[in-house]
Amino acid sequence: MSTFRVSVHIVPRQGILDPQGKAVADALHTLGFGGVADARVGRHLVLDVNAATAAAAESSVREMCERLLANPVTEDFEIAAVRAA
Amino acid sequence: MKFGIVTFPGSNGDYDAFRAIADRLGETAVYLWHKAHDLEGSDVIILPGGFSYGDYLRAGAIARFSPIMQEVAEHARRGGPVIGFCNGFQIACEAGLLPGALLRNASLKFVGDTVTVRVEQSDTMFTNRYAPGQLLRLPVAHGDGRFTADDDTLDRLEREGRVVFRYADAAGAITDAANPNGSMRSIAGIVSAEGNVLGLMPHPERAVDPLVSSGDGLALFQSLLARVSA
Repeated sequence: MSTFRVSVHIVPRQGILDPQGKAVADALHTLGFGGVADARVGRHLVLDVNAATAAAAESSVREMCERLLANPVTEDFEIAAVRAA
Repeated sequence: MKFGIVTFPGSNGDYDAFRAIADRLGETAVYLWHKAHDLEGSDVIILPGGFSYGDYLRAGAIARFSPIMQEVAEHARRGGPVIGFCNGFQIACEAGLLPGALLRNASLKFVGDTVTVRVEQSDTMFTNRYAPGQLLRLPVAHGDGRFTADDDTLDRLEREGRVVFRYADAAGAITDAANPNGSMRSIAGIVSAEGNVLGLMPHPERAVDPLVSSGDGLALFQSLLARVSA
Protein backbone atom coordinates (compact mmCIF):
# COMPACT_ATOMS: atom_id res chain seq x y z
CA MET A 1 0.00 0.00 0.00
CA SER A 2 1.40 3.40 -0.97
CA THR A 3 0.13 6.93 -0.72
CA PHE A 4 -0.70 8.76 -3.91
CA ARG A 5 -1.44 12.45 -4.31
CA VAL A 6 -4.35 12.88 -6.71
CA SER A 7 -5.33 16.28 -8.15
CA VAL A 8 -8.85 16.86 -9.41
CA HIS A 9 -10.26 19.78 -11.41
CA ILE A 10 -14.01 20.34 -11.16
CA VAL A 11 -15.56 22.96 -13.43
CA PRO A 12 -19.08 24.05 -14.41
CA ARG A 13 -20.17 22.09 -17.46
CA GLN A 14 -19.88 23.82 -20.85
CA GLY A 15 -23.19 25.38 -21.74
CA ILE A 16 -24.24 25.98 -18.14
CA LEU A 17 -24.17 29.64 -17.21
CA ASP A 18 -21.12 30.35 -15.05
CA PRO A 19 -21.57 33.96 -13.91
CA GLN A 20 -18.33 33.86 -11.92
CA GLY A 21 -16.38 32.74 -14.99
CA LYS A 22 -18.06 35.44 -17.04
CA ALA A 23 -17.14 38.11 -14.48
CA VAL A 24 -13.51 36.94 -14.55
CA ALA A 25 -13.45 36.95 -18.37
CA ASP A 26 -14.92 40.48 -18.39
CA ALA A 27 -12.26 41.66 -15.94
CA LEU A 28 -9.50 40.11 -18.06
CA HIS A 29 -10.90 41.87 -21.14
CA THR A 30 -10.82 45.15 -19.21
CA LEU A 31 -7.13 44.51 -18.42
CA GLY A 32 -6.47 44.14 -22.14
CA PHE A 33 -6.41 40.36 -22.39
CA GLY A 34 -8.77 40.41 -25.35
CA GLY A 35 -7.74 36.91 -26.32
CA VAL A 36 -9.72 35.33 -23.48
CA ALA A 37 -12.64 33.64 -25.24
CA ASP A 38 -14.11 31.96 -22.17
CA ALA A 39 -13.38 31.46 -18.48
CA ARG A 40 -14.93 29.04 -16.05
CA VAL A 41 -14.30 29.02 -12.33
CA GLY A 42 -14.35 25.72 -10.48
CA ARG A 43 -12.60 23.87 -7.67
CA HIS A 44 -9.25 22.15 -7.38
CA LEU A 45 -8.93 19.31 -4.88
CA VAL A 46 -5.78 17.55 -3.74
CA LEU A 47 -6.36 14.16 -2.15
CA ASP A 48 -3.80 11.88 -0.53
CA VAL A 49 -5.09 8.36 -1.11
CA ASN A 50 -3.73 5.06 0.19
CA ALA A 51 -3.94 2.45 -2.56
CA ALA A 52 -2.02 -0.50 -3.98
CA THR A 53 -1.30 1.17 -7.31
CA ALA A 54 -1.64 4.56 -8.98
CA ALA A 55 -4.38 3.13 -11.16
CA ALA A 56 -6.32 1.99 -8.11
CA ALA A 57 -5.96 5.44 -6.52
CA GLU A 58 -7.22 7.10 -9.69
CA SER A 59 -10.14 4.74 -10.01
CA SER A 60 -11.12 5.36 -6.40
CA VAL A 61 -10.99 9.15 -6.87
CA ARG A 62 -13.07 8.82 -10.03
CA GLU A 63 -15.79 7.16 -7.99
CA MET A 64 -15.52 9.88 -5.32
CA CYS A 65 -16.09 12.49 -8.03
CA GLU A 66 -19.10 10.68 -9.40
CA ARG A 67 -20.68 10.20 -5.98
CA LEU A 68 -19.81 13.39 -4.11
CA LEU A 69 -17.07 15.73 -5.26
CA ALA A 70 -18.72 16.82 -8.52
CA ASN A 71 -22.43 17.39 -9.08
CA PRO A 72 -23.33 15.18 -12.05
CA VAL A 73 -26.11 17.62 -13.03
CA THR A 74 -23.93 20.66 -13.52
CA GLU A 75 -20.21 19.90 -13.28
CA ASP A 76 -17.46 18.06 -15.15
CA PHE A 77 -14.37 16.72 -13.48
CA GLU A 78 -10.92 15.82 -14.66
CA ILE A 79 -8.27 13.90 -12.75
CA ALA A 80 -5.29 16.09 -13.46
CA ALA A 81 -2.42 14.18 -11.86
CA VAL A 82 -1.62 11.07 -9.83
CA ARG A 83 1.82 10.81 -8.26
CA ALA A 84 3.46 9.22 -5.26
CA ALA A 85 2.89 11.48 -2.26
CA MET B 1 -50.66 16.66 12.53
CA LYS B 2 -47.04 16.41 13.59
CA PHE B 3 -44.28 18.25 11.75
CA GLY B 4 -40.66 17.17 12.26
CA ILE B 5 -38.13 19.92 11.56
CA VAL B 6 -34.58 18.71 10.97
CA THR B 7 -31.87 20.84 12.56
CA PHE B 8 -28.52 20.53 10.78
CA PRO B 9 -25.39 22.32 11.98
CA GLY B 10 -25.85 25.68 10.27
CA SER B 11 -29.63 25.57 9.90
CA ASN B 12 -31.17 28.95 10.70
CA GLY B 13 -34.74 28.58 9.46
CA ASP B 14 -35.73 25.78 11.83
CA TYR B 15 -37.13 28.17 14.42
CA ASP B 16 -39.14 30.05 11.77
CA ALA B 17 -40.71 26.78 10.66
CA PHE B 18 -41.42 25.79 14.27
CA ARG B 19 -43.15 29.11 14.98
CA ALA B 20 -45.20 28.94 11.78
CA ILE B 21 -46.50 25.48 12.67
CA ALA B 22 -46.89 25.78 16.43
CA ASP B 23 -48.11 29.40 16.71
CA ARG B 24 -49.84 30.15 13.42
CA LEU B 25 -51.01 26.76 12.15
CA GLY B 26 -51.75 25.44 15.64
CA GLU B 27 -50.28 22.01 15.01
CA THR B 28 -47.50 20.02 16.68
CA ALA B 29 -43.88 20.72 15.76
CA VAL B 30 -40.75 18.95 16.97
CA TYR B 31 -37.10 19.54 16.24
CA LEU B 32 -35.20 16.52 14.95
CA TRP B 33 -31.43 16.63 15.50
CA HIS B 34 -29.55 15.65 12.37
CA LYS B 35 -27.68 12.87 14.16
CA ALA B 36 -30.88 11.18 15.28
CA HIS B 37 -32.28 8.10 13.59
CA ASP B 38 -35.89 8.66 14.63
CA LEU B 39 -38.52 10.87 13.00
CA GLU B 40 -40.54 10.65 16.26
CA GLY B 41 -43.71 9.77 14.40
CA SER B 42 -43.72 12.96 12.33
CA ASP B 43 -46.28 13.08 9.50
CA VAL B 44 -44.44 15.81 7.60
CA ILE B 45 -40.69 16.39 7.48
CA ILE B 46 -39.27 19.87 6.98
CA LEU B 47 -35.72 20.50 5.78
CA PRO B 48 -35.27 24.13 6.85
CA GLY B 49 -33.36 27.05 5.43
CA GLY B 50 -29.87 27.98 6.47
CA PHE B 51 -26.30 27.14 5.59
CA SER B 52 -25.90 23.54 6.67
CA TYR B 53 -22.24 22.60 7.05
CA GLY B 54 -21.28 26.10 5.91
CA ASP B 55 -22.31 25.25 2.34
CA TYR B 56 -18.95 23.44 2.09
CA LEU B 57 -18.26 21.82 -1.30
CA ARG B 58 -21.73 22.76 -2.61
CA ALA B 59 -24.85 23.97 -0.81
CA GLY B 60 -26.55 20.88 0.66
CA ALA B 61 -23.85 18.46 -0.48
CA ILE B 62 -22.70 17.42 3.00
CA ALA B 63 -26.05 17.58 4.82
CA ARG B 64 -27.35 14.69 2.81
CA PHE B 65 -24.91 12.45 4.70
CA SER B 66 -26.38 13.38 8.08
CA PRO B 67 -27.64 10.21 9.78
CA ILE B 68 -31.27 11.32 9.84
CA MET B 69 -31.35 11.72 6.05
CA GLN B 70 -31.63 7.93 5.71
CA GLU B 71 -34.90 8.04 7.64
CA VAL B 72 -36.04 11.12 5.70
CA ALA B 73 -35.39 9.32 2.39
CA GLU B 74 -37.26 6.27 3.65
CA HIS B 75 -40.19 8.48 4.76
CA ALA B 76 -40.24 10.00 1.26
CA ARG B 77 -40.14 6.55 -0.38
CA ARG B 78 -43.20 5.56 1.64
CA GLY B 79 -45.00 8.61 0.24
CA GLY B 80 -44.59 10.77 3.36
CA PRO B 81 -44.59 14.53 2.74
CA VAL B 82 -41.21 16.30 2.79
CA ILE B 83 -40.74 20.05 2.30
CA GLY B 84 -37.38 21.66 1.63
CA PHE B 85 -37.26 25.42 2.09
CA CYS B 86 -34.24 27.18 0.55
CA ASN B 87 -31.22 25.24 1.90
CA GLY B 88 -33.66 22.34 2.38
CA PHE B 89 -34.41 22.46 -1.36
CA GLN B 90 -30.67 22.31 -2.06
CA ILE B 91 -30.31 19.35 0.31
CA ALA B 92 -33.27 17.54 -1.30
CA CYS B 93 -31.66 17.95 -4.75
CA GLU B 94 -28.28 16.74 -3.51
CA ALA B 95 -29.97 13.77 -1.83
CA GLY B 96 -31.69 12.83 -5.09
CA LEU B 97 -35.18 13.43 -3.67
CA LEU B 98 -35.71 16.09 -6.35
CA PRO B 99 -34.09 16.55 -9.78
CA GLY B 100 -31.80 19.41 -10.77
CA ALA B 101 -29.40 21.58 -8.83
CA LEU B 102 -29.27 25.08 -7.34
CA LEU B 103 -26.30 27.13 -8.49
CA ARG B 104 -24.86 30.52 -7.60
CA ASN B 105 -27.31 33.33 -8.39
CA ALA B 106 -26.72 34.69 -11.89
CA SER B 107 -26.10 38.14 -10.36
CA LEU B 108 -23.39 36.63 -8.08
CA LYS B 109 -25.09 38.55 -5.29
CA PHE B 110 -26.92 37.23 -2.26
CA VAL B 111 -30.57 38.21 -2.68
CA GLY B 112 -32.63 39.12 0.37
CA ASP B 113 -35.97 40.49 -0.72
CA THR B 114 -39.70 39.87 -0.90
CA VAL B 115 -40.67 38.59 -4.32
CA THR B 116 -43.83 37.66 -6.19
CA VAL B 117 -44.34 33.96 -6.79
CA ARG B 118 -47.07 32.53 -9.04
CA VAL B 119 -48.84 29.30 -8.07
CA GLU B 120 -48.53 27.06 -11.14
CA GLN B 121 -50.20 23.97 -9.68
CA SER B 122 -52.94 24.07 -7.09
CA ASP B 123 -53.69 20.36 -7.11
CA THR B 124 -50.69 19.25 -5.06
CA MET B 125 -50.88 18.29 -1.39
CA PHE B 126 -48.91 21.46 -0.64
CA THR B 127 -50.92 23.97 -2.67
CA ASN B 128 -54.57 22.89 -2.67
CA ARG B 129 -55.55 25.92 -0.59
CA TYR B 130 -54.25 28.26 -3.29
CA ALA B 131 -55.99 29.21 -6.53
CA PRO B 132 -54.28 28.43 -9.85
CA GLY B 133 -52.27 31.48 -10.90
CA GLN B 134 -52.54 33.07 -7.46
CA LEU B 135 -49.76 35.54 -6.76
CA LEU B 136 -47.97 35.24 -3.42
CA ARG B 137 -45.58 37.67 -1.76
CA LEU B 138 -42.81 35.59 -0.20
CA PRO B 139 -39.36 36.40 1.19
CA VAL B 140 -36.23 35.03 -0.46
CA ALA B 141 -32.78 34.96 1.15
CA HIS B 142 -30.17 32.98 -0.75
CA GLY B 143 -26.92 33.11 -2.68
CA ASP B 144 -27.34 29.81 -4.50
CA GLY B 145 -30.89 29.70 -5.84
CA ARG B 146 -30.52 29.38 -9.60
CA PHE B 147 -32.49 26.26 -10.46
CA THR B 148 -30.68 24.36 -13.19
CA ALA B 149 -31.42 21.11 -14.97
CA ASP B 150 -30.99 19.74 -18.48
CA ASP B 151 -33.68 20.40 -21.09
CA ASP B 152 -35.12 16.88 -20.90
CA THR B 153 -35.59 17.20 -17.14
CA LEU B 154 -37.15 20.67 -17.48
CA ASP B 155 -39.54 19.44 -20.19
CA ARG B 156 -40.53 16.45 -18.07
CA LEU B 157 -41.17 18.65 -15.02
CA GLU B 158 -43.44 20.89 -17.10
CA ARG B 159 -45.22 18.00 -18.83
CA GLU B 160 -45.92 16.23 -15.56
CA GLY B 161 -47.18 19.39 -13.87
CA ARG B 162 -44.37 19.39 -11.34
CA VAL B 163 -43.37 23.05 -11.62
CA VAL B 164 -45.37 24.32 -8.65
CA PHE B 165 -44.09 27.89 -8.23
CA ARG B 166 -42.56 30.41 -10.63
CA TYR B 167 -41.14 33.88 -10.04
CA ALA B 168 -43.44 36.49 -11.59
CA ASP B 169 -43.86 40.25 -11.70
CA ALA B 170 -46.60 42.10 -9.82
CA ALA B 171 -49.02 41.48 -12.70
CA GLY B 172 -48.24 37.77 -12.77
CA ALA B 173 -46.12 37.85 -15.92
CA ILE B 174 -43.01 35.66 -16.09
CA THR B 175 -40.13 37.99 -16.95
CA ASP B 176 -36.36 37.94 -16.59
CA ALA B 177 -36.56 41.08 -14.46
CA ALA B 178 -38.79 39.29 -11.94
CA ASN B 179 -36.46 36.30 -11.70
CA PRO B 180 -34.25 37.02 -8.66
CA ASN B 181 -31.55 34.43 -9.33
CA GLY B 182 -31.61 33.43 -13.00
CA SER B 183 -33.44 30.14 -12.44
CA MET B 184 -34.15 28.26 -15.66
CA ARG B 185 -37.75 28.92 -16.81
CA SER B 186 -38.16 31.07 -13.68
CA ILE B 187 -38.71 27.96 -11.58
CA ALA B 188 -39.05 28.71 -7.86
CA GLY B 189 -40.37 25.34 -6.66
CA ILE B 190 -40.96 21.78 -7.87
CA VAL B 191 -42.40 18.51 -6.59
CA SER B 192 -41.13 14.95 -6.97
CA ALA B 193 -42.65 12.51 -9.47
CA GLU B 194 -44.88 11.07 -6.74
CA GLY B 195 -45.85 14.57 -5.62
CA ASN B 196 -44.87 14.13 -1.97
CA VAL B 197 -41.56 16.03 -1.90
CA LEU B 198 -41.67 19.80 -2.41
CA GLY B 199 -38.62 22.02 -2.76
CA LEU B 200 -38.72 25.79 -3.12
CA MET B 201 -36.27 28.65 -2.66
CA PRO B 202 -38.75 31.20 -1.21
CA HIS B 203 -39.72 31.08 2.46
CA PRO B 204 -43.45 30.55 3.06
CA GLU B 205 -42.59 29.70 6.67
CA ARG B 206 -41.42 33.31 7.07
CA ALA B 207 -44.66 34.65 5.58
CA VAL B 208 -47.31 33.47 8.01
CA ASP B 209 -48.11 36.74 9.74
CA PRO B 210 -49.23 39.89 7.86
CA LEU B 211 -47.96 41.95 10.78
CA VAL B 212 -44.31 41.20 10.03
CA SER B 213 -44.22 40.28 6.35
CA SER B 214 -47.09 38.70 4.44
CA GLY B 215 -49.50 35.97 5.41
CA ASP B 216 -49.33 34.28 2.02
CA GLY B 217 -47.27 31.31 3.16
CA LEU B 218 -49.72 29.96 5.72
CA ALA B 219 -51.99 28.30 3.15
CA LEU B 220 -49.11 26.00 2.16
CA PHE B 221 -49.22 24.45 5.62
CA GLN B 222 -53.02 24.50 5.69
CA SER B 223 -53.05 22.60 2.39
CA LEU B 224 -51.41 19.63 4.11
CA LEU B 225 -54.11 19.66 6.80
CA ALA B 226 -56.88 19.87 4.22
CA ARG B 227 -55.53 16.76 2.55
CA VAL B 228 -55.60 14.74 5.74
CA SER B 229 -59.06 15.82 6.86
CA ALA B 230 -60.50 15.28 3.35
